[in-house]
Amino acid sequence: MATVALGSIRQQMIGTAPPRGLACDFPLGRPIGKPNDAEFQHKVLAHAFSMLKRTEPGVEDFPESIPDEGTEMLVCPLPPRHDPDAHPAVDEARGLRVAYDRAIEKYGNRVGAGRAISADDVPSAIESFIRISEGTPWKEAQIPGVPARVAQDIRGYYETAALAIVDHTPAAWAGLRWFRDATQTGKVIRAAQQAMKDADVRRDLWLFLLPMDSMQD
Amino acid sequence: MADQDIKRAVQDIECPVVEQPAFTTPPPLEEATVAIVTSASLHHPDQDDFAPKDTSYRVLDASRRDYLVGHWSPNFDTAGVAADLNVVFPLDRLDELAAQGRIGKVADQHLAFAGNQFDLAQIRMDGGPAGAAFLKEQGVDVVLLTPV
Repeated sequence: MATVALGSIRQQMIGTAPPRGLACDFPLGRPIGKPNDAEFQHKVLAHAFSMLKRTEPGVEDFPESIPDEGTEMLVCPLPPRHDPDAHPAVDEARGLRVAYDRAIEKYGNRVGAGRAISADDVPSAIESFIRISEGTPWKEAQIPGVPARVAQDIRGYYETAALAIVDHTPAAWAGLRWFRDATQTGKVIRAAQQAMKDADVRRDLWLFLLPMDSMQD
Repeated sequence: MADQDIKRAVQDIECPVVEQPAFTTPPPLEEATVAIVTSASLHHPDQDDFAPKDTSYRVLDASRRDYLVGHWSPNFDTAGVAADLNVVFPLDRLDELAAQGRIGKVADQHLAFAGNQFDLAQIRMDGGPAGAAFLKEQGVDVVLLTPV
């Protein structure tokens, strides 16, 4: 079998020296480049498949880059306060449920809840991170699974819900920045991450709650 | 921090060196059977999720579009694949190429591995060869490898 490898990190592709490699300077998570842009995706595939005619191993560069400046944040409205007795993050998550279900109906579920927790479990999972942020040791906080996996499902629940609210595909990382920096639950996850770090919890248990740039040393 | 910063932070991670890459010449693309092998930890909802150090693979049914992304690292944009599976796993694009006669056939089954690997010996000696053997049994000529 002949292989053509796509890669978003050029130096790693050079290091692994695949038989045929196409280095694409696209954001991590989007190796074919642009979502919902069949023409662009076909250009990437055409370049990749053209490499099957090579007579010796090599890495080529796709000529177009998709830069990320690290600043673009999704603008997405959040639900108003509904239940004054609930923590703002829990209230917020409940308020996004209709949008989440609508997004699942339209797009299917690829990154939303479902790996560690169901959508029904998201509010209670957020409560466990609230407890950590307020000082409860993580082992006693009743996280319903591996912390990183549960946090991934919560992030996915929010980013999936946002697709239904804004009705367009966000720029790369813009959805994450919205979740992490603009939502009540994002603040809770960050606070829990900081609390676990401060409590000298094993690094891999808190580091992967959010992308690597989220923790300020 | 931007996407490029995350890439810079991981670009120097030591890579396994393959002494003799398997460079082969396939049949003409318009006669070839093409499969995708992705390291995005894709799986159908009724399959087991990937464990943190999983070196096995999942067989993906090309007639389905219900895929979960099981990659353990949070260091990738998730909104893109949430909105369009093809930005990671371009099955619709391959179907279009097959309909145009530009590739011979899209394989009925594709494979997913976990991109976050720790035990390279295990995947080089077991999961990887087993996946390749599976694809060869399906008559696959060309494999497109996609990350996440």
